[in-house]
Amino acid sequence: MYTEKVMEAFQNPKNVGEIEDYDGMGMIGSEACGDIMQVFIKVKDGVITDAKFKTFGCAAAIATSSTATEMIKGMTVDEALEVTNKKVIEVLGGLPPQKIHCSVLAEQAIKAAIEDYKKKQSA
Amino acid sequence: MEHIYFDHAATTPVDKRVLEKMLPYFTEKFGNPNSQHWFGRETVAAVDEARDTIAKLIGAKPSEIYFTSGGTESDNWALRGTAHAYKDRGRHLIVSAVEHPAMIATAKELIKEGYDVTFAEVDEYGKVDVEKLKKAVRSDTIFIGVMTANNEVGTIQPIAEISAFAKERGILFFTDAVQAAGALPIDVKSPAVDMLSFSGHKFYGPKGIGVLYIRTGVKLGRIITGGHQERSMRGGTTNVPLIVGMAEALRLAQEKCAENAAYVASLRDKFIARVSKEIPFVKLNGHPTDRLPANANFSFRYVEGESLLFSLDLAGIAVSSGSACSSGSLEPSHVLLAMGLPEGLAHGSIRFSFGIHNTPEQVDYAVDKLKEIIVKLRALSPLFPKDLKNEVFEKEI
Repeated sequence: MYTEKVMEAFQNPKNVGEIEDYDGMGMIGSEACGDIMQVFIKVKDGVITDAKFKTFGCAAAIATSSTATEMIKGMTVDEALEVTNKKVIEVLGGLPPQKIHCSVLAEQAIKAAIEDYKKKQSA
Repeated sequence: MEHIYFDHAATTPVDKRVLEKMLPYFTEKFGNPNSQHWFGRETVAAVDEARDTIAKLIGAKPSEIYFTSGGTESDNWALRGTAHAYKDRGRHLIVSAVEHPAMIATAKELIKEGYDVTFAEVDEYGKVDVEKLKKAVRSDTIFIGVMTANNEVGTIQPIAEISAFAKERGILFFTDAVQAAGALPIDVKSPAVDMLSFSGHKFYGPKGIGVLYIRTGVKLGRIITGGHQERSMRGGTTNVPLIVGMAEALRLAQEKCAENAAYVASLRDKFIARVSKEIPFVKLNGHPTDRLPANANFSFRYVEGESLLFSLDLAGIAVSSGSACSSGSLEPSHVLLAMGLPEGLAHGSIRFSFGIHNTPEQVDYAVDKLKEIIVKLRALSPLFPKDLKNEVFEKEI
């Protein structure tokens, strides 16, 4: 049901963990729904220099977390806001239909982290 | 990599002796028992013999054994067939909240048709609360369905008490014995049931074949209409090879029932003991003692079931999260929710079901791997508090 790319990203996820002195943090999902994703970003001059995540969820949720955080590293925050779940799914070579919602989680968690960053900037 | 199969509640491999017995009925003895000619007549005896064997093994008369396509059809038939045939007597049906989807989904269809259904509650171990069930009975109740043992958590249900009560009140009683057949002795007279279902592939027989026992005197409506097969009660060409195979598989399973159950239970107990002792923040789901010999069901807090299932799969260990029938759905198991398990724990549940070909070494290997995987997945989990003590967790649940 999962592509090889999904299984690879699930088995050897990149960017796992927390950033202690993060510039932005976003957490989306609920335990009742079966998935939660937390994203930490480090930003320098508007560019995301580091991203890490922690995810409670299915294989698809973990794989998209890994891929999405990998994608936004080196992007400006505005570019990162354009990283949609569709783009993440493309990179992973597709997801089963009932798992699409897991990829939305990654998109939303990144957006929440960037919002958090922007809020801190304007404060 | 060795592939270890711990999913015997989903299905089992066909015993080679069973396969041998089936093979001629695919090729040389391929006739249709309903045909008048020699090819047809040749297979009639094989079907009769299989029916006799099964009847004898479960304490029934051959005329009370109906062959179906499996557990789902048998369950559908018992429930829908009763509802339709006895609707003049009443329109209220009771099924337990932890029945197989074959029952739950059928009950929901019947609600749409205008029937009333009570889903009988269970306790924290998944056992039907008999007192509450008794109170749910009304003057128009026509059917009570409670499985012999649960497919997800393995809890053995108090069906003797419930069937005696149903009899006293003149209500038809059905038990789904799909998980119990082969693992526990089945006798339709003790406890006395009106209908009982099982499926060939759960006891080292073939898939696609099952039985509905219907006690003499119980008149069910038909759900599969067609030819005159199964005393005109169930249309469809008689599946001779699978019927022969199922009868042989049940015979072999019953012959060594106690011995096999003791062996499989020893693997289960070893597994449960090691997991409970060596992995923190786990909960054994189901009843501590009244459970199927093959079943261990655990919730691993802070870990999601599907990611655990795939991690075990990549390590060569085949298990199931909740029930295979509901995989693909995003809802946590209806059985665990009925037992009152918090959703977080329900999402992190895995069923391990052992079989006669498994070994203690495989159990040890699986526990070792499981420990590694749980550590890895918890490190990934934003929910996992590094400083939580197991005592606190135990109080929480």
